[in-house]
Amino acid sequence: MSDTFQLDGATVPFEPGQTVMQAALAAGHYIPHLCYHPEFKPHGSCKLCTVKVNGRTTASCTMPAEANLNVESNIEEMNALRRTLVQMLFAEGNHFCPSCEKSGNCMLQALGYDLEVHATGFRHLYPDRPLDASHPDILLDFNRCILCELCVRASSEVDGKNVFALAGRGITKHLIVNAESGLLKDTNIALSDKAMQVCPVGVILPKRVGFSQPVGVRRYDQRPISAQALDDAPRQTDASGNCEACEGSS
Amino acid sequence: MGNNLETAAHPENLRRVAIDPVSRVEGHGKVTLLLDENDHVQQVRLHIVEFRGFEKFVQGRPYWEAPVMVQRLCGICPVSHHIAASKAMDMIVGATITPTAEKVRRLMHYGQILQSHALHFFHLCSPDLLFGFDSDVAKRNIVGIVAAYPDIAKQGVLLRKFGQEVIRVTAGKRIHGTGSIPGGVNKNVSIEERDYLLKDVEQIVTWSRESVGIARKLFEQNLDLYNNFGRFDAHTLNMVRADGALDLYHGGLRARDMSGKTLFDHYDYGHYWDVIFEDVKPWSYMKFPFLRSLGTENGWYRVGPLSRVTQCDFIPSPLAEAERKAFLAFDGGKAAGATLGFHWARMIEMLHAAEVIRDLLHDPDLQGTDLVSTGERQERGVGVIEAPRGTLIHHYKVDENDQIVRCNLIVSTTHNNQAMNEAIRQVARQYLDGKKLTEGLLNHIEVAIRAFDPCLSCATHALGKMPLEVELLDAEGGRVDRLTRSSSGVFE
Ligand code: SF4
Ligand code: FES
Repeated sequence: MSDTFQLDGATVPFEPGQTVMQAALAAGHYIPHLCYHPEFKPHGSCKLCTVKVNGRTTASCTMPAEANLNVESNIEEMNALRRTLVQMLFAEGNHFCPSCEKSGNCMLQALGYDLEVHATGFRHLYPDRPLDASHPDILLDFNRCILCELCVRASSEVDGKNVFALAGRGITKHLIVNAESGLLKDTNIALSDKAMQVCPVGVILPKRVGFSQPVGVRRYDQRPISAQALDDAPRQTDASGNCEACEGSS
Repeated sequence: MGNNLETAAHPENLRRVAIDPVSRVEGHGKVTLLLDENDHVQQVRLHIVEFRGFEKFVQGRPYWEAPVMVQRLCGICPVSHHIAASKAMDMIVGATITPTAEKVRRLMHYGQILQSHALHFFHLCSPDLLFGFDSDVAKRNIVGIVAAYPDIAKQGVLLRKFGQEVIRVTAGKRIHGTGSIPGGVNKNVSIEERDYLLKDVEQIVTWSRESVGIARKLFEQNLDLYNNFGRFDAHTLNMVRADGALDLYHGGLRARDMSGKTLFDHYDYGHYWDVIFEDVKPWSYMKFPFLRSLGTENGWYRVGPLSRVTQCDFIPSPLAEAERKAFLAFDGGKAAGATLGFHWARMIEMLHAAEVIRDLLHDPDLQGTDLVSTGERQERGVGVIEAPRGTLIHHYKVDENDQIVRCNLIVSTTHNNQAMNEAIRQVARQYLDGKKLTEGLLNHIEVAIRAFDPCLSCATHALGKMPLEVELLDAEGGRVDRLTRSSSGVFE
């Protein structure tokens, strides 16, 4: 018998070592998130997953699950906070959804729709972030980076390459390429790398793909992100520890 | 500074006044009439600030983004930019596009022509045309048309809607679609989508034909006014198919001078800069293109439906071709040179678009699956189409990293820049009485501007009147009078 905690009135079982986010997703409960990825260690930077645990706000992706916690997620207070965070992300970078090739496949956009964020609400910073188009097959459009570090984690943990890193602090924090020239062409990144697959927004792009996927069949055209995040989350693990739901997730 | 005063007989007697375009009333079209020392309207300036910055904005972006991004350039005919940029990018990727890709794009483009022409004629112009230019402003709007001519209003709405549906099916969305991509398209037209459009298309052809009849009747009822209103002779520019037929998607450039002499024909638009040059003037952000062989002063020309319908050798669809012949023959050919002839020509094109859409829908190539092609990568790409308002040129240079390094666009309304000034000048000469700006004059100036269907935000308010500011300057540059009208029809 595993222990349980309460999430928005539902009883959620958990295994030792699971976070609130992992346990919730495994049990089929969605908590909005951006920097959390089922295949990587939680990072806790975007704060989209903030919930109230026993009355105190905390990031559910890093919060270890404990017996009898009272977790509140889908309440207006938390959703209002999430809307503000999404608005700040939109204002901080240069996100022009209508002309972004990641439109329809972008987690930030999908979250915006899901949380019903209709206006930015903040003054746009319009940062100047030139592209890195130096690599023959891969384009970096830093304008859209939300600093989730998924690419950093994927490149080092899975690809063993360390192509990406974050530099600077606070508002000047930004993604850099680990090469003396600072250019992607001088790294050993490859199209098949995990780092190519994890960016939740439209920063790391295979070149010349653009808008080849028509409107209507893009990932979030049919079902909202809240429904799909559950598809990706590890549910029941089999005896060997393999998780069916993880396969094919990206 | 005394040079370049394009229409002045004695430029030395005119004083040039630099007018800060920012001073124009927000969202208003602004027209300056300059008098000469004898108080005749000598020069007209329609101030346009709409097209700034885009060519800079697109620099550094990856080329495959351009066809989608450029739609933001103009909320009024985004599909035209989408397709023109795609054609330029076809050249960049070295593609010869597949029959399916070309036909899906054509369908999208003629859908745009249909919806744009319907919007213009029924929503924006029919109040002026059906009630008269000087009729009660309160009634002279689309709401008034719905009340007085419910059938015509309904027809206009449904024609436009059909065009928008053609766009949605081919581009994926009604606005900011993504259907056309470098080297082809990202989707074909499914059998269900085809059948969905096919069920209404015969009705659309019929209504389009009736619309040509309405335009004709307007001429018949007010022959003198329609033939002579804002009339002027102009050189023309348009694209034609290899056999001389009207083709709004692809062809070579044809230019004729006002006497009808051909200046160039079937000209490969990949080198348009050898025949068309752009002039800049200190009082406008908008460029003034001219035909190089005729020079800066005299080389301006007219584009759009009137030029296309009168200068093509034939229209390759039977109903529209019959209407073209009737238009050219009408009143000894007079309507075909009239500024208000734009409306008639526009309706003939709308009929042609409806016929083309119908024929394409019956073409099995639309269901083809060979959507994209590529070839040898090029550095420079030029894409030209005949957009609803006229020839549209997109020109890009892309570096080895796939980034756009240079972009030049000549949009239809820019081609018509000087022609619009000329039309307003004729109207001002006809209707300016003394040194006082009247509501009547302003109304007539609006009708002249509207005939060209410029893609200016002031000219495309679907409801209400064109917000317009007219000012009258004397030969010394001093302001004699000023009159503005808001979109609710209030004069100040
Ligand atoms: S590039 Fe993408 S994955 Fe990497 S930090 Fe930025 S948003 Fe995250
Ligand atoms: S998902 Fe938890 S902080 Fe980002």
